[in-house]
Amino acid sequence: MDPSLSVSDITSSTKPLSEASSPPVMDLLSEPASEASSAPMVDLLMEPASEGSSAPMVDILSEPASEASSAPMVDLLMEPASEGSSAPMVDLLMEPASEASSAPMMNLLMEPASEPPKPDIDPLADIINDTPLSEGKTPVAAMPQEPPSDLFDDEPSELFAEPRQSNTANDNYNEHPTDIFTEEAITTLPSAVSTVSVNSKTNGVHSDEEEPDIFAEATVELSLDSPRNDRKKKEAAKPSASASAPAPSVSASASKPQPKTLEELIIVFHSTGDGMNAYMAYKVSTQTTLPMFRSKTFTVRRRFSDFLGLYEKLSDKHTLNGYIVPPPPEKSIMGMTKVKVGKEDNSSAEFVERRRAALERYLQRVVFHPSLLQDPDVREFLERDDMPRAHNTQALSGAGFLKMINRATDSLSKMTIKMNESDVWFEEKLQEVEAEDQQLRKLHIMVDSLVGHRKELSVNTGGFAKSVAMLGSSEDNTALSRALSQLAEVEDKMEQLHQEQAASDSFCFAELLADYIRLLGSVRASFDQRMKTWQRWQDAQNMLQKKRETEAKLLWANKPDKLQQAKDDITEWEAKVTQYERDFDRVSATVRKEVLRFEKEKARDFKKQIIKYLESLLQSQQQLIKYWEAFLPEAKAIA
Amino acid sequence: MMQEGLDDGPDFLSEEDRGPRAVNVDLQTDATLQVDISDALSERDKVKFTVHTKSTLPNFKQNEFSVVRQHEEFIWLHDSFVENEEYAGYIIPPAPPRPDFDASREKLQKLGEGEGSMTKEEFTKMKQELEAEYLAIFKKTVAMHEVFLCRVAAHPVLRKDMNFHVFLEYNQDLSVRGKNKREKMEDFFKNVVKSADGVLVAGVKDVDDFFEHEKTFLLEYHNRVKDASSKSDRMIRSHKSAADDINRIASTLYTLGTQDSTDVCKFFLKVSELFEKTRKIEARVAADEDLKLADLLKYYLRESQAAKDLLYRRGRALVDYENANKALDKARAKNKDVLQAETSQQVCCQKFEKISESAKQELIDFKTRRVAAFRKNLVELAELELKHAKVIFYYTWLSISDSIKSVSQPAVIGSPIGWSTIGPVSSGFGRCRPSF
Repeated sequence: MDPSLSVSDITSSTKPLSEASSPPVMDLLSEPASEASSAPMVDLLMEPASEGSSAPMVDILSEPASEASSAPMVDLLMEPASEGSSAPMVDLLMEPASEASSAPMMNLLMEPASEPPKPDIDPLADIINDTPLSEGKTPVAAMPQEPPSDLFDDEPSELFAEPRQSNTANDNYNEHPTDIFTEEAITTLPSAVSTVSVNSKTNGVHSDEEEPDIFAEATVELSLDSPRNDRKKKEAAKPSASASAPAPSVSASASKPQPKTLEELIIVFHSTGDGMNAYMAYKVSTQTTLPMFRSKTFTVRRRFSDFLGLYEKLSDKHTLNGYIVPPPPEKSIMGMTKVKVGKEDNSSAEFVERRRAALERYLQRVVFHPSLLQDPDVREFLERDDMPRAHNTQALSGAGFLKMINRATDSLSKMTIKMNESDVWFEEKLQEVEAEDQQLRKLHIMVDSLVGHRKELSVNTGGFAKSVAMLGSSEDNTALSRALSQLAEVEDKMEQLHQEQAASDSFCFAELLADYIRLLGSVRASFDQRMKTWQRWQDAQNMLQKKRETEAKLLWANKPDKLQQAKDDITEWEAKVTQYERDFDRVSATVRKEVLRFEKEKARDFKKQIIKYLESLLQSQQQLIKYWEAFLPEAKAIA
Repeated sequence: MMQEGLDDGPDFLSEEDRGPRAVNVDLQTDATLQVDISDALSERDKVKFTVHTKSTLPNFKQNEFSVVRQHEEFIWLHDSFVENEEYAGYIIPPAPPRPDFDASREKLQKLGEGEGSMTKEEFTKMKQELEAEYLAIFKKTVAMHEVFLCRVAAHPVLRKDMNFHVFLEYNQDLSVRGKNKREKMEDFFKNVVKSADGVLVAGVKDVDDFFEHEKTFLLEYHNRVKDASSKSDRMIRSHKSAADDINRIASTLYTLGTQDSTDVCKFFLKVSELFEKTRKIEARVAADEDLKLADLLKYYLRESQAAKDLLYRRGRALVDYENANKALDKARAKNKDVLQAETSQQVCCQKFEKISESAKQELIDFKTRRVAAFRKNLVELAELELKHAKVIFYYTWLSISDSIKSVSQPAVIGSPIGWSTIGPVSSGFGRCRPSF
C-alpha cells in the first residue's frame, strides 16, 4: 500500500473538521519520506481516541494485515512443501528472504503499524486543532480534566497513562516493524517523544496539581551507553539529530505549545582504578526539557552502588505507600571479580554490557514511573554532580546484615498474619503473581539452559568446521575437496550465528525474565505492605476494643478520676483507627493502581522483547538460508 | 513387544528417505541380485532383521525369499570375508556397528522413575523426545545393516560368495555364536600384532607410485574423517539438547499462557506454539544432519579403515615377496633348498600380483563411491537445511506479523491466519511406539 493513498484518506477526513490546521497535518503525512515521524504522531494521538471508537479501526487493522500476510503465506508455504526440486523454488523464496530489509517485507510489517491511525484522524485532529484554537476551554481540554477529579479513582492514571502507553505502543508499532530489518529504528523514538510532549502539554495545562508527573512519564527517555558499544552510540547520536527535524513540524501543527519535555539519558561507563579496587563508573547524561530540571543537558557519573543506593532510598520511601519500586540488577560479586581480574575476557565484556543494559532498563522503569520521577532523590541522582557515596549497599556489610535480619522478621510476621481478605481481587491477584513468579523462574532456568546449549553448539560447530576444513584439504578429488572447504566455511558462519543467537537468547529473553522475577518480588512487597497496614489497623481496633472495655469496667467500678483518662484514650485510639483504616484504603488503592499499571507495562515489555527476540530468530534463519543457498551449487558441482 | 514396520513407520526423518536407504554408498543396482531389509523387529536386547532377497541367479532355489537375521550373523558374514585369503585383494565392506539402545533405554528408565516429580505435560514431552530418539537410532541401525548387505550384493566377487548365499537363503538360525573370551583375547592379540606389523609394513617404500600415494592419502584421510565424525557427533548432540530446551520452554510458556485469559497470556500461548513448532524442526535439523552428515562420515571412517586394511594386506604380501626373493638369493648362493625357495617365491609373487591387481581397481572404485556418496549427501543436506530454515523462517515471520497486529489491536487476536489451519509439518510419532 502506498502512502499517498492513505494520505488522501486522512486529509479527507480531517478537512471538514478543522480547516485551519489541516495543511500542516497534511504536509506531515503526505511526505512519504517522513513516515517515521508521521506515524508515531498519529499513533500517539489516536490512542485515547481509540478507546472510544474502536470498531472501524479494528476492521481496517485486521483487514490489510491479514490480507497482506495471506498472500506471502501461500508463497512461502508452497515452497518449503516442495523440497526436492531446488532451483526455481529457491529463487522464489529467496526473494522475500534476502530482500527482507527492503520493500515487500517492510511494507507488510509496516502496514499494520502505520495504517491504523488513519480512521482515527478525526478525533485526534480534534485534539490537535481545538486546543490551540479555543485556548483551553474546549471539550478536549475538559475531557482529560474531568475524569480525574471525580468518577473513578483509577481512571486518571489510566487516562493519562495513555500518552505513555501510546509512546510505548509506538515502540511496538513502529520501532518493531522497522527494527526487524533496519537498525535505525530508534530514529522513530525521539520524534515520538516530542509528539508526546505536545500531547501531554496540551493536556497538562489544564490538569490539577497531581497530574503533571503522570504526563511527565511520557516524556522521559533513557539510554545507557557504553563507549565500547560504538554502534549504539551512533544510534543514540542520530536520534537527537533527527529529533529536531520532526519536532518543529509537529509543534507547528499543534501550534503554540512548545514541546518542553524531551529528555534523553545517555550513560557511558568508565573503569577506574586497578585490580580489586577497580570499579565501574557509569556516565549518566540527561537531556531534558522538563521544567523541574535545572538545565536541559547535564551529565553525572555514577557507580553501581549509587544505583543500588537510589533503590534503597526509593524503596524506603515508597514501598510504605504500596508503590511498586523497580528493583535494580543484583550485585554480582562473581561477575565483578571476573571483570576485575581477567580484563580482556569475552565473558566479562558480556557481563559489563549485560549490567549496563540492566541498569538502563532499571533507570528507565524508575523515570517512567509517574510518582517516582517526582522524587527528589531521582532528580538528585540524575542531576547532582557530587553525589554522596551510597552506603550500606555492600552485600556483606553490617547494614546488609541488619537488612537481612529485618527481612527475616518480616517474612516471619507475614506468615503469622492471617488476613481475612475483604477484597477478592487482591487475593486472586496475589495468587496469580505467585504462580507467575514460579513459572517465570522455571522459564528462566530453561532459557539459561538453552543459552548454555547454544553456546556449546556454537563451539562444537566451530570444531566441526575446522575438522571439515582439514578433511577437505586431504581429500584428493578436487571438486569434493572444494565443496568440503565450502562446507567448512558454512559451518564457520553457523558458529557465528549460533553465537549471536545465544547472545540474543540471553539478552532479549533471559534478561527480560530476570527483570520480571525481580519485579514480581517488588509486587509482592507491595502486597505485603498492604497486609501490614491492614494488620496495623486491626491491632488498633483491638486496642480500641480493650480501651472501651476498660472504660466500661471503670464505669462499673465508679472511678471517675480514671474515667477521663480512659475516655481520652478512646478518642485517641478512635482517631488512630480511622487514620489507619484510611491508610489501609489508600494503600489498597495504590496497590491496585500499581498492579494494573505494572500489568500493562509487563504486557508491553514482554511483547516488545519477545517480538524483538523473534526477530533475531528470523534474522538468523534468514542468514542460514543464505549460507545454504550459496553452498548448494557447490555440492552439486561435485563430480 | 511391538512390531516395528519400518516402511509404513512414521515419517520421522524426512520424506526423501523413502527410497533406498543405502545412502552412503552409490551402488549400481543390478536386477540379478537385490537385497534389502524389509522389516525389523526390536526385542528386549536384540534386533531381528528380515532380509529380503530378489534374485535371478541360478544357485538360489527361489526368485524371492526372506530370512530373519540378527546382528551377530552379519558379523559372522563379515568375518568370513576377512578371513578368506581369496578376498585379500578387496576392500571388505565394513561390518555394521552393534545396535546400541542402551543410552536411550536408560533415559526411558529415568523418565519412568521421575514420573511423579513432573507435570503430565512435561512427562509427555519427555516421552516424545525419547521415543523420537529411539526411533532414530533404530532406523539408523537398520540402514547400516542394509548398507552392508547392499555393498556385498553389488560387489562383483563377494556377491558370489557361498557364505553370503547361505546367509541370504538358509531359513533357519545360522547358530553363529558370539565370540567367547578366549577368541576375543586372540583377536585382541592379532590386532596388536597387526598394527605393529602395519607400522612396519607402512614404513616400506612402495615401488608403485599409485599405491604409495594411496597409502599416504588413506592414512591422513582416515584420521581426519575420524576427527570430523566425532566432531559432527558432538555438534549434533548439542543441537539436540538445544531443541529439547526449546521444547521445555514451549511447555512452560504454555503453562504461563493458560494461567488466565489476558492479552499477554494469549500472546504467550502463541509464542509457545511457535516454539513448539520451532523445536520440532530444530530436532529434524539435528536428525537430518545426523543422517546426512554424521552417518556419512562414520561410514567412510569404517570404509577407509577397510581400505587401509587392504593396503596393509598388500604391503604384507609385498614384504613377504621381498623376503622370499632374499631367501631365494640366499638359497641360490648356498645352493640349498633352491627349489623350495623358488616355489615359495613364486607363491608370494603371485599373491602380491593378484592383490595389487584387484586392489588398484578397488581403490579407484572406493574413490568413485566416496565422491558420489558425498555429493548425494551434501546436496541432500543442503536442501534439507534450506527447507527447515525456510519453514522456521516462515513460522517466525508469521508469528511476528501476527503479534504486531495483536499488539496494535487486541481485538484481532483470533486472526484469520489461525495456527491450526496451517501446518505442513506433522509429527506422526504417535502412530508407532517402539517397545523397550
